[in-house]
Amino acid sequence: MIKVEHLAKRYADVYAVDDISFEVNQGEILGLLGPNGAGKTTTMRILTCYMPATSGTAVVEGYDVFRDSIHVRKLMGYLPENVPLYPEMRVNEYLQFRAKLKKVPYRERKMKIEECIEKCRIQDVKKQIIGTLSKGYRQRVGLADTLVHDPKILILDEPTIGLDPNQIRQVRQLIKELGEKHTILLSTHILPEVEMICGRVIIINKGKIVAMDTPSNLADQLKGGNNIALEVRGNGEKIKEALSGIKGIKKITWHDNGEISKYSIETERDYDVREEVFSSIVKNNGIIREMKQDAITLEEIFHQITTKEKEVEA
Amino acid sequence: MTSTGTIFQREINAYFLSPIAYVIIAVFMVFSGYFFSIMLGITQETTLRYSLAYTQFILSILTPVITMRLLAEENKTGTMEPLMTAPVTDFAVVFGKFLAAWALYNIMIAPTALYIIFLVWVGSPDYGAIVTSYIGLILMGGLFISVGMLVSAVTKNQIVAAVIGIVALLILLVIGLASAGNEGWLYSTLRYIGTYDHWETFTKGVLDTRDIIYYFSFSALLIFIVVRIVESRRWR
Repeated sequence: MIKVEHLAKRYADVYAVDDISFEVNQGEILGLLGPNGAGKTTTMRILTCYMPATSGTAVVEGYDVFRDSIHVRKLMGYLPENVPLYPEMRVNEYLQFRAKLKKVPYRERKMKIEECIEKCRIQDVKKQIIGTLSKGYRQRVGLADTLVHDPKILILDEPTIGLDPNQIRQVRQLIKELGEKHTILLSTHILPEVEMICGRVIIINKGKIVAMDTPSNLADQLKGGNNIALEVRGNGEKIKEALSGIKGIKKITWHDNGEISKYSIETERDYDVREEVFSSIVKNNGIIREMKQDAITLEEIFHQITTKEKEVEA
Repeated sequence: MTSTGTIFQREINAYFLSPIAYVIIAVFMVFSGYFFSIMLGITQETTLRYSLAYTQFILSILTPVITMRLLAEENKTGTMEPLMTAPVTDFAVVFGKFLAAWALYNIMIAPTALYIIFLVWVGSPDYGAIVTSYIGLILMGGLFISVGMLVSAVTKNQIVAAVIGIVALLILLVIGLASAGNEGWLYSTLRYIGTYDHWETFTKGVLDTRDIIYYFSFSALLIFIVVRIVESRRWR
């Protein structure tokens, strides 16, 4: 569907996108994840023919984004970040204009627009002036616009940014539904979003791809195991030694505060050592004041990956 | 419908959905009416010629107000992005916007037909000169709009676009006026570049192909540059 090879974009001396290659397959929802300024928007702008790459190629359904740009644009629906719309127009007028611009044939136009209005649930504001709409409605008007010419590919730049939790849920639900018919490439810096709607994730940072996989694989790969935080009253040294004997524990860090010791234990993947930890502490006359297990979330992985990268560069 | 037509239609609607079209038309009517009555009183001649000389000055100030939003607004609000990622060419967008502004300009000068009715009522004006004057006005409008669009294309700020547009048009007017009556290649070049000389022949009732070519080629050149500027995001 979309094939990106060694794509790079340079602004003055800074590479916004630095030699990235990936593919988007038919029918999948691919998430582009990265901190602000990672190069997500630039990548999307290149794919939607808004600006050309400094080097590398991007091919959509066999059409090059630079040489056959008009063809590529017909295949894509693009929702830019912050959804720029004409504030003085009414919703249906705007969709009418966009449909004409995207060469939707006259006979189908009315039907297509009605379809999009229904899909994006904006029937209530159909006749309203865009300038008076709330952010959530604006977002959905933007989405209706991207759908109006029934494109094969949807490119959505931060589709849920600036919405309230209910609206975010609605938009995500909508994107999921759209994913059944369209191939979707979306960007976000919100992790749960990726876990919820994307089949595959590309994490990019500073213009480079740092990881690419399904959300759960990515979590497995990087997670390595669970963390257990412990607070114990008793003989710190002795308890530490006893704990080290338990199978599945990778690393123990011990903070000695006199009578009370704090431990943080890293375990291997697929091991639950909490019960053994409990009994071994009791055996050594320790009193457990607290025991807490934290699963590593995609959030931490993201943080790890993106900060690791920074350290490498520095 | 072609993309140019679609863009044209949206731009015309945008003008009339905002107060801008009505304000400009009203301001133009006030000033052109004032100069018409004053010049008629002074010269006692049933002609538009003298009042139209002042009209060029008013138009130099009002046309950039028509064109200021054309591209600057899209640059500022970011609507350029969805516009340029739709399957339309840069030329279609620029030309559609140009035609819309030109249409508004013509709507703005249309009420001056009332003055002609008045002239016919009080005397017998030279119809030929009136027809050529209007042809001149319309052609001059095309040039003024291309100048305004060029300025609008390079900025995100509409006020800046209007002010620089006005200054540019006044310079074009002044270099022709100021070098009138002087000899030498410098003055004749300035007169040729300036708009005043070309415009004056039309008001005298003369249709000179040189003047028509001047307006056409100058406007075409500027529109070409505007298309290049819009395109320039691709190689910047």
